[in-house]
Amino acid sequence: MKSFTYEKATSAADAAAAAARKEGTKFIAGGTNLLDLMKLEIETPTHLIDVNGLDLDKIEPTQDGGLRIGALVRNTDLAANERVRRDYGLLSRALLAGASGQLRNRATTAGNLLQRTRCPYFYDTNQRCNKRQPGSGCAAIGGINRQLAVVGASEACIATNPSDMAVAMRALDATVETVRPDGATRTIPIAEFHRLPGDTPHIETTLTAGELITAVTLPKPVGGKQIYRKVRDRASYAFALISVGAIVQPDGSGRVAVGGVAHKPWRVEAAEAEMPRGAQAVTERLLADAKPTEENGFKIPLVERTLGAVLTEARG
Amino acid sequence: MKFDTPATTNPIDQLKVIGKPTDRIDGPLKTTGTAPYAYERHDVVQNQAYGYMVGSAIAKGRIASIDVKAAKAAPGVLAIVTADNAGKLAKGSFNTAKLLGGPDIEHYHQAIAVVVAETFEQARTAANLVRIDYVPTKGVFELAAAKDSAKAPEANAFSGPPDTAAGDFAGAFAAAPVQLDAVYTTPDHAHVMMEPHASIAAWNGDKLTIWTSNQMIAWGVGDVAKTLGIPVENVRLDSPFIGGGFGGKLFVRSDALLAALGARAAGRPVKVALPRPLMINNTTHRPATIQRIRIGAARDGKITAIGHETWSGDLPGGGAELAANQTRLLYAGANRMTATRLAVLDLPEGNAMRAPGEAPGMMALEIAMDEMAEKLGLDPIEFRALNDTQVDPEHPERPFSQRQLVECMRIGAERFGWSKRNPKPGSVREGRWFVGTGVAAAFRNNLLTKSAARVRLDGRGTVTVETDMTDIGTGTYTIIGQTAAEMMGVPLEKVVVRLGDSSFPVSAGSGGQWGANNSTAGVYAACVKLREAVAQKLGFNSEEAVFADASVRAGNRSVPLAEAARDKEIIAEDAIEYGDLDKKYQQSTFGAHFVEVGVDVATAEVRLRRMLAVCAAGRILNPKSARSQVIGAMTMGAGAALMEELAVDKRLGFFVNHDLAGYEVPVHADIPHQDVIFLEETDPISSPMKAKGVGELGICGVGAAVANAIYNATGVRVRDYPITLDKLLTELPQTG
Repeated sequence: MKSFTYEKATSAADAAAAAARKEGTKFIAGGTNLLDLMKLEIETPTHLIDVNGLDLDKIEPTQDGGLRIGALVRNTDLAANERVRRDYGLLSRALLAGASGQLRNRATTAGNLLQRTRCPYFYDTNQRCNKRQPGSGCAAIGGINRQLAVVGASEACIATNPSDMAVAMRALDATVETVRPDGATRTIPIAEFHRLPGDTPHIETTLTAGELITAVTLPKPVGGKQIYRKVRDRASYAFALISVGAIVQPDGSGRVAVGGVAHKPWRVEAAEAEMPRGAQAVTERLLADAKPTEENGFKIPLVERTLGAVLTEARG
Repeated sequence: MKFDTPATTNPIDQLKVIGKPTDRIDGPLKTTGTAPYAYERHDVVQNQAYGYMVGSAIAKGRIASIDVKAAKAAPGVLAIVTADNAGKLAKGSFNTAKLLGGPDIEHYHQAIAVVVAETFEQARTAANLVRIDYVPTKGVFELAAAKDSAKAPEANAFSGPPDTAAGDFAGAFAAAPVQLDAVYTTPDHAHVMMEPHASIAAWNGDKLTIWTSNQMIAWGVGDVAKTLGIPVENVRLDSPFIGGGFGGKLFVRSDALLAALGARAAGRPVKVALPRPLMINNTTHRPATIQRIRIGAARDGKITAIGHETWSGDLPGGGAELAANQTRLLYAGANRMTATRLAVLDLPEGNAMRAPGEAPGMMALEIAMDEMAEKLGLDPIEFRALNDTQVDPEHPERPFSQRQLVECMRIGAERFGWSKRNPKPGSVREGRWFVGTGVAAAFRNNLLTKSAARVRLDGRGTVTVETDMTDIGTGTYTIIGQTAAEMMGVPLEKVVVRLGDSSFPVSAGSGGQWGANNSTAGVYAACVKLREAVAQKLGFNSEEAVFADASVRAGNRSVPLAEAARDKEIIAEDAIEYGDLDKKYQQSTFGAHFVEVGVDVATAEVRLRRMLAVCAAGRILNPKSARSQVIGAMTMGAGAALMEELAVDKRLGFFVNHDLAGYEVPVHADIPHQDVIFLEETDPISSPMKAKGVGELGICGVGAAVANAIYNATGVRVRDYPITLDKLLTELPQTG
């Protein structure tokens, strides 16, 4: 681990301002991902701003009937929240499908959105990785990549976003609220928050330097049956091979976001028009541009079959 | 004590203490976190510094230059040892690759330096500052590609000859009306025991002490001495508690050597633990296999020909995975062959992992038996029963000392409800699940090896046992305590067991499921001597003296046991040594595994629903710890069946998923209710304990039982482990 300096933030705006003043600054909240990466020297911040003490840990109703989730709300608390369980079941289920009880107790809402890929070549500092070391190449292409992306990938990177929560947030049309170093605030639709890798896979979100997430808001509840189905190689404590988050309305319309297939939670609104026609039709549109590797082509039929099971369950 | 005739009645047969499901005597230490594991032994020596390993970034080649300047200047750094300044080092007898590499690199993450610093964090940071220029060379990393270049390996103490044959296999197979010829593969597996390899080393002059985590203390002393070029008398190893080994700690590994070298360079004690992400490529693993099995049978189901060929790979000078060996013994058949071939691969060192040979071998053979039963239209249990043998089929003059394979199968079938099974694959559906059941035989040899112990009786009547035997979580402390208590006629609370110190008599050690039977037999031998000494001291005829209730009595005279040591502690030492009973008789352990699975109709996720093991493995010394061994082995077998695979990057030559996030082992949610039944059995051929091994029997066959259950559930026959959902997905039966 590289040496770093540390300060405790006093307000969100000050934290953002302070972050802009020192190059190499990172915010730390739960630290469930960052600390591991620092020990491996994959992340080498020179300065940490601890935001844990900020007043960003509330879950409150919004004026338009939605929900505002503070950036520091722990995954456990968010999953257990009564409003979330009642009106946004997809989110609660996705959270509980991720990590372990211990990690969820610590991990925060904003931190979850910012967790980095679990690509094994990203984690091994001996190996080429454009995400870890821009321009060095991608060892995962042509290597072990059964877990990695089938759609939206690039010649520079085939990593996936590992978050379950983000899949639910994407299906629920969440909005990310931030504050920037100059004190200005903005909102970023979740669809625009995570980026595809392109030729800059090290840039994973549309956050700018020093910008701090303060909350994630959910629009007013959309109802429907909300199902999160995560498929993995063991029953618990594993990242998704694929996951399907779906909201299915009584008339058969609805929304679908998929995890484990791309550099971001994967949702194609146009594909959702096919929902009344069934899983095959949706998947054909959803993964129309898929370019799987030799090892991960199974994810395409797996998405289709899993979505089929989800739609059956929703009807049942 | 020489054991060369079958055991007759002896004090163990009283079964007052032995055979009871006693809680482990070291349990309270473990549950309170006070059992001292190697890395935590802060009290054994003052002034411990921290060593951190640098692992090679390439799989094969050499180091062109190594620059330690920046690392040396980093805060807290005390010493850096590389091959350049380590002095002359030899290679241990049990090591294939050098524990400290350079300039030549033999495998990925081979240790090439240790950085010693005041704190762990300083050592780790400085280790990242060591700059190395490599010159990589081309390696061979793919078993399938290297298979045709494989050669017959040299025989060693455990292997037997690489090839065996009886009758005319080729002719009989060709003539058989029902034939199976199939190829199976098993991947590389990692031990990933909870406690990483860890050692603290301290020099006192030219004497070296290593507090470590090692299964085989005497092997370790020998290899530390050999590697460092110092006399064995100058080396002490101490390993009282071991957080799992599974064969990964049979040998001295880099942690011990780097701690010793680091301590010498820094002039003070040094501790080294292998970081989890470096463990998998730095240490050993179970090698992948390719296995071809051919079985020919008459229409009545009698096997007429059985052949098993196996290929594995290892570094130059390494050993083969003996995956065909059980096929020499398990089923009858007049015409037979086995062949073991070893290719050179430049992956990390392959070596023993729980039930080496049989574990992957049974994963293949017992699918083949299931396939053959189906071809014959026979129930898989009936097929195995038809081909049971009570003698070594290659050497029919050698009977099995005990063999209750068919009994295990029959009792298991009854308990499991096998008769209710629908044999037609893909025909049982419950909600979102295809449901199926499978069975496999379990088989593992019982190995005999010399084992010594010392026992002391003190004036309070306490019996202390000292042996370099290890407890790798298996329950050894407890069964050794039970043995001494039974022999000396004292309650278990009056026995103190001290293990894992090389200053104690040399035991069998823990490996190959030989630990329990041999080490307790060694304690038995020492206790026989102690009984004689006590009887003599108290004026009894040792033949007549009865040791019970903490007293010694004969006729109507009874004297407290403690009386014998009132003036002076009595010490006795002996070893169990074996004659040729294991040549005259084949000694093996047997079992049957039953598994029920559900396979998700949409996603092909496999979920175990029930598991049952029935074991016939001689006298069960402690049914509670033995059961724990078997359910742990079943769990490991389930992992091998469903998820465990070291993923080889065939271009770069390393195991890519080298941490616990990437190398998945079963979690609680993967493991259903597990039942274990031990058949009543005593084996007087094996030792005075009449016990055999059981800790590895439990893994043998589990994978195949799972595979066979998946086949029964879905009709999809997967011959390449692990059976992940992608291998089933598009083959599943259509559902409405």
